[in-house]
Amino acid sequence: MDILLQVLVTGIATGGVYGLIALGFVLIYKATGILNLATGIFMTLGAFICLTLLTHLGLPFWFAFIATVGFAILLGIAVERLVLRQLIGEPIISVIMVTIGLSSVLHGLTHVIWSPDYRSFPEIFPPEPLNLGFAVVPSGLLWGFIFAAVSMIVFISIFKFTRTGVAMRATASDQQAAQSMGISVRWVFALSWSFGAAAAFIGGIVIGNISGISIYLGDIGLKVLAVIILGGLDSIGGAILGGLIIGMLENLAGLYLDPLVGGGVKGVAPFLILVLIIMIRPYGLFGKKIIERV
Amino acid sequence: MRCGDFKESYIKDEQIFQSLFVKFWLVVFILFLFVLPFMADPYVMYIANLIGVAVIAAIGLNILTGFTGQISLGHAAFAGVGGYTAAILMTRFDLSFWLALPCAGIMAALAGLVIGIPSLRVKGLYLCIATLAAQFIFEFIFIHWESMTHGIRGINVPAPTLGAIVIDTEKKFYFLTLGIAVLAVGFARNLVRSRVGRAFVAIRDRDLAAEIMGISLFRYKLTAFAISSFYAGMAGALWVCFMRIVTPEQFPFHLSIQYLAMVIVGGMGSILGSIFGAVFMTLTPELLNVISGAVSKAYPTLGQLFIPMKEVVFGTLIVVFLIFEPLGLAEIWRRIKAFFLLWPFSY
Repeated sequence: MDILLQVLVTGIATGGVYGLIALGFVLIYKATGILNLATGIFMTLGAFICLTLLTHLGLPFWFAFIATVGFAILLGIAVERLVLRQLIGEPIISVIMVTIGLSSVLHGLTHVIWSPDYRSFPEIFPPEPLNLGFAVVPSGLLWGFIFAAVSMIVFISIFKFTRTGVAMRATASDQQAAQSMGISVRWVFALSWSFGAAAAFIGGIVIGNISGISIYLGDIGLKVLAVIILGGLDSIGGAILGGLIIGMLENLAGLYLDPLVGGGVKGVAPFLILVLIIMIRPYGLFGKKIIERV
Repeated sequence: MRCGDFKESYIKDEQIFQSLFVKFWLVVFILFLFVLPFMADPYVMYIANLIGVAVIAAIGLNILTGFTGQISLGHAAFAGVGGYTAAILMTRFDLSFWLALPCAGIMAALAGLVIGIPSLRVKGLYLCIATLAAQFIFEFIFIHWESMTHGIRGINVPAPTLGAIVIDTEKKFYFLTLGIAVLAVGFARNLVRSRVGRAFVAIRDRDLAAEIMGISLFRYKLTAFAISSFYAGMAGALWVCFMRIVTPEQFPFHLSIQYLAMVIVGGMGSILGSIFGAVFMTLTPELLNVISGAVSKAYPTLGQLFIPMKEVVFGTLIVVFLIFEPLGLAEIWRRIKAFFLLWPFSY
């Protein structure tokens, strides 16, 4: 029983981080209809930039954090302006492949700039784990969860309560109507990309803080696809709930199935769940049901 | 169009060899391919084999993605299924290579049918994600089905034999690869102008319209998946027999992306394009290898930078082609031809 609770708590903490990364996918998808498969490498970049600012320039963490988010916003705008805007109206395969190509370019550049060595994040949070009585949460996961939760609240508040957020939501529901109400759709697209990139960057920092930084940090980004499919591609609430569910299911699968097949289930379980969801309920828990049956 | 080159029937318009001229140069080209091994060194032959295998796989993927419009991010997984099938049949059941090869294709086609089932329910983005998941699930199976696949240690594969000849060198293997690649190209070229091929294109252009015109989506989508995976399986089996070992690392997600890149850079919906793409995307990294080898002799630190540069170049090629030449190398080739056909009055 104890171990089950422990695994569930770990799952929820991991799930919070998944939720944040999923938010990075959803923010971009909702406004622009693009699935950004470069999210993984965005995470890696975020972690590396933050690490460099911390260790090489010796900046205090909060300052480095804000600067990293600034980088994310610039990167998001640059990617949207230079690459994705050229492909408006092209078939899905082109748009998906362009994000994959982009991810390959950024991955190579990361490799050139930072070398593929594994690095650990400097200790910025108190290392004491939190003892809940029935389970223990390691410090990295705990702070990761807190960070993810706070960032998500900030993103959602922007989305819900500011003028910009309203403009973004309007664009998501109907581009032409939004345009005719005086909203600059181009600006909203750029903004969505920078929000998405910022979410991915913060996710990268959190993951780097939990498990160290290497250029393969972003590989986790593909697992998060399961989260957004479960939650619904265009649902922010779905991303959060989906993150928690996938986090728990993944850890449970690791606990119960690993002994049966000899390890590694944690890595593949999200994909199995993903295939199941696509077969049964492709629009996920809260997604818009616009999928054509063919 | 050439002067005086009139087509009077649909059949004539669909002919593969449009003129004697084309036939002549094709024969010259094939003769050149047969003579090549007698003047090239093993390294060139190694590259030639690499290209041959890539051509087969890329054509398979083009049939699915370029002609039928179903995106697959799991093509490498099907190649893996073929590779493992061939390896297991040849080592455990002592089957000859010539039987194991079609079996590998069929096994991969069956796997393709299973993965193709979601395509009946979802399309576009969702199908893309489903095939991506399939890639990782298959990778997991390759690694963890120890009793069958020997996990990450892999299986050593015997060299194929033909009568008393053991096909074990790059040069001998080249003829095998070339033969199968020519068959694969010929079959695909004929397939896409048959009823099945036209049905594929109809599904790509507008699935609902295709269904109304009497094309069974269920049947043709699954057919496309099966044929495409059959090609991948053959390519995988060839690759495994060429390397003489099969391990899970030979069929990573990155390989799936490479195949897609070949199809895109070469030209979607064009058999010739897949060949161009396979050649181009295989030669570019090798060229970078050569350059980096030369550079690192002169400047050892700079040479190290070339390894990740391969990835940068790879990604840049995809992005640049998608933005500036979405129809790929096949379109560039067509334009060059058109230029010379009308020369000096081309516009």
